[in-house]
Amino acid sequence: MQTTKTLYGEPGSSVQNKTGSWRTERPVFLHKTCTDCFLCVLVCPDGVVFGSNKIYDVDLDYCKGCGICAEECPVKDIVMEREVK
Amino acid sequence: MFDKEMTEKNSVAPGHNACSGCGLVLAARLVLNAAGKDIIVTTATGCLEVTTTNYPHSAWRVPWIHSLFENSSAVASGIEAALKAQGKADKIKVISQGGDGATADIGMMCLSGMFERGHDILYVCYDNEAYMNTGIQRSSLTPFDASTSTTPFGKYSFGNPTNKKDMPAIAAAHHIPYIATASVAYPQDIEKKVKKALQIKGPKYLQLHAPCPLGWGFKTAYSIKIAKLAVQTGLYPLFEMENGVITSRKKLARVLPVEAYLKEQTRFKHLFVSEDGKKELERIQAMANENIKKFGLA
Repeated sequence: MQTTKTLYGEPGSSVQNKTGSWRTERPVFLHKTCTDCFLCVLVCPDGVVFGSNKIYDVDLDYCKGCGICAEECPVKDIVMEREVK
Repeated sequence: MFDKEMTEKNSVAPGHNACSGCGLVLAARLVLNAAGKDIIVTTATGCLEVTTTNYPHSAWRVPWIHSLFENSSAVASGIEAALKAQGKADKIKVISQGGDGATADIGMMCLSGMFERGHDILYVCYDNEAYMNTGIQRSSLTPFDASTSTTPFGKYSFGNPTNKKDMPAIAAAHHIPYIATASVAYPQDIEKKVKKALQIKGPKYLQLHAPCPLGWGFKTAYSIKIAKLAVQTGLYPLFEMENGVITSRKKLARVLPVEAYLKEQTRFKHLFVSEDGKKELERIQAMANENIKKFGLA
């Protein structure tokens, strides 16, 4: 009988933990005044902002809704909206 | 390219349990993304370790090992020696990481040994200025007058009575080839410094300012803003030191008063309520001025 399979986690297996449920506010990417500065991708603590060519979005499965992307966006093309069910 | 594949290239995967707005994991992701995939990473105990490796999951997409609080750099030394013996030292780089407590307090001995023996390792200190993992106790990198759970402000105290330990100077005293400070507020700067450090042979020390929304007391969205203010007020000078000589520094276009940085955080809010607090603010301003003079920031 095997009680313990491994004593280590598989690389990147934390993706099974969907931290999106922590969120109270979600970032909405307006795609209007974006200047392609790439800052939203760089400053996301979870690294879940993606895209290119002025079209960026966030993986809402993991976004914790901290709001750094909206705060740091130099042209305010990202807004935070209250999460409603 | 509009797909989520881009996020899969990050060396630190999402789904870790770091707080919303955490500056530390942001810093770790920027450092490891800049370092590439041919690395082995060791991490001391601390927020970075407990949030990213909740058993049975791991957020690391690069070879990663957890050590004790004190010996992240010693474990890295062993890995580097083994790589050298196998003839792989040129291809695989070793990065050792720790928080400010693991670096400046508990891991000081092993870190000093690593520097002194001249291992080819990049040591990264994520400086969030207290032991955040265990409940915001002061470390020796906690700044002057910050209120923490072991140095609370009150009738007879303005918080932490001691100054921030000058870790880059301690590293410089070991005559190592590369020392740098960086801040999460300048992601491109981190990338540049990490890439440069990995080109250099020998022990390297990088200290990264990483705000903690919970411990410092500010809105999660302000992590980058606060980090930027620390640099712009002169309280966190960014510089590079190569072979004992400061070769570059982040010049400040406009020097802000320290109040701009301090008033945003609840750990310093007691300085703004009394007359005596004003004297303390003057002392902190004097420290900032000294930094600006010493490093030639303005």
